[in-house]
Amino acid sequence: MIARLTLRFVALGYLGALLLVPVGIIVWHTFSGGLGPVWDAITAPEAVNALKLTLEIALVAVPLNTAFGILAALILVRTNMPGKALLSALVDLPFAVSPVVIGFTLILVYGQNGWFGAWFVDHGYPVIFSTPGMVLATIFVSLPFVAREVVPVLREIGTEQEQAAATLGATPLQTFRRITLPAIRWGVVYGVVLTTARAIGEYGAVAVVSGKVIGQTQTLTLRVQQSYENFDHAGAYAAALELAVIALATLFLMNLLHPRKDG
Amino acid sequence: MAISVQNVCKRFGDFVALEDIALEVPAGSLTALLGPSGSGKSTLLRVIAGLEKADSGDVFIGDIHATPLPAHRRDVGFVFQHYAAFKHMTVAKNIAFGLEIRKRPRAEVAERVDELIKLVQLEGFGDRYPSQLSGGQRQRMALARALAVEPEVLLLDEPFGALDARVRTELRAWLRRLHDEMHVTTVFVTHDQEEAMEVADTVVVMNRGRIVQEGNPQEVYDHPADEFVMHFMGHVNLIGDAYVRPHDVEIRVEPNGTTSPAVVRRVLRLGAQVRVELVVDGGEPVAAALSRDEADRLPLEPGEPVFVRPRRERRFAEPEAEPAKA
Repeated sequence: MIARLTLRFVALGYLGALLLVPVGIIVWHTFSGGLGPVWDAITAPEAVNALKLTLEIALVAVPLNTAFGILAALILVRTNMPGKALLSALVDLPFAVSPVVIGFTLILVYGQNGWFGAWFVDHGYPVIFSTPGMVLATIFVSLPFVAREVVPVLREIGTEQEQAAATLGATPLQTFRRITLPAIRWGVVYGVVLTTARAIGEYGAVAVVSGKVIGQTQTLTLRVQQSYENFDHAGAYAAALELAVIALATLFLMNLLHPRKDG
Repeated sequence: MAISVQNVCKRFGDFVALEDIALEVPAGSLTALLGPSGSGKSTLLRVIAGLEKADSGDVFIGDIHATPLPAHRRDVGFVFQHYAAFKHMTVAKNIAFGLEIRKRPRAEVAERVDELIKLVQLEGFGDRYPSQLSGGQRQRMALARALAVEPEVLLLDEPFGALDARVRTELRAWLRRLHDEMHVTTVFVTHDQEEAMEVADTVVVMNRGRIVQEGNPQEVYDHPADEFVMHFMGHVNLIGDAYVRPHDVEIRVEPNGTTSPAVVRRVLRLGAQVRVELVVDGGEPVAAALSRDEADRLPLEPGEPVFVRPRRERRFAEPEAEPAKA
């Protein structure tokens, strides 16, 4: 009894010190001057732009990485494709490489003097210092999450249910939609939550390719840092709060999407 | 619908799973594929279902050349050893799966599901999830699911292998009754010769990727094609170069000219049957199986001297007989 209580106290205490206290302080500081300054900080044109840009990037990167992650997991677990080891290594690459280096490589490839950069600029779609580059950087850094969450679940469910569906007349696509996808849904949900968290929270890679133009290529995460450096504490706290709200909303939505429990 | 398997070969790397298999399963029959693990029996069943692709050879289901067809176009019912229940669906949804895939009208699906739930005696379980069922109930659900689409052919891969002995016996009898009512061509895989003999009209014995013998259960038991089948169909004594089944060992109190002296070593009373372990001529151990009445008439105590004689014995000319068909 005492051992269990101690264990709980330690676990909760750890969480409290590392998570709840900092988050609580953010909320506290945000609202320390009342609601007015917070509202002003959130509705400032640059802040609105940062929020829109952050959501835009996440809305492109998260679905793309979810689709890619499921596909990569299927290839890794369900096929005997040659080059699987290489694919597995590539999926993990973004974990191994520093985000700043990723941003830097994107500049080398798509920048003014990069391999393809001039071509894109000539055709009116500059990649670097603009949204496409930030989306690319975000996709890159948040690539592994869905695949890494889904792979072990796919392994664990095995192939028998899929084979049973096939003998009952289901095409491979029907089998995927009706059997495989429901079976891996918690892995996918978890992967999407992690991908979203990373997509809205990425700093290094996005900072390098964005040019950090306030009101143009400034995401919420960049805004937190820039506002803080410019002694605009209200702006920094407000942006941080928005990020926390987006993360919580994602968690909530994903749980809402799949309310059924495994029987 | 009849099944015809012609010249099927299948390898997994260096391992030969099926070697030039030819098998004819008549329409409406109940056939057991019997063999030890690794004999290729499951692989053969999976090749028929399209779950495994043969390296060469052909499969016909009725008049249809099934070889190039993927599993989902073969109209074959398949039951797996570990049930393969769709865990995220209720029992009713599991059973309805094949019908929903075929886009049958909703009322028809509901009616058919009700019918099948009754057939497999799962009334009241329609809204449960597979994890809330026992093994036997899960397997009955899997069977109903396979039967829902009225397949021409029903294939079962060690269907009762994961169940406990009592449930297994129940389900065997039930499968036999079901087959007698529905007459769907059925092939099931088992490593249990008793199960094969109890349920099937035809037993196909497999060993090392080949069919060693096929015939009705009694025929295979009484006239095994070779030593492997002899051993596999039940316990057997090797006395000299003759094989004698335990129930063909006669125990006498007095010698009669054809008997050999023996000593009782152990007596096991197993209900209706009594198993006696003997040592013949001070050397070879021999097992005998007697009815209780027979045993009661004999002085069967460890150390007691008796005389034994084979009522029926069998010799095989070559040590490794060629695979033959009965």
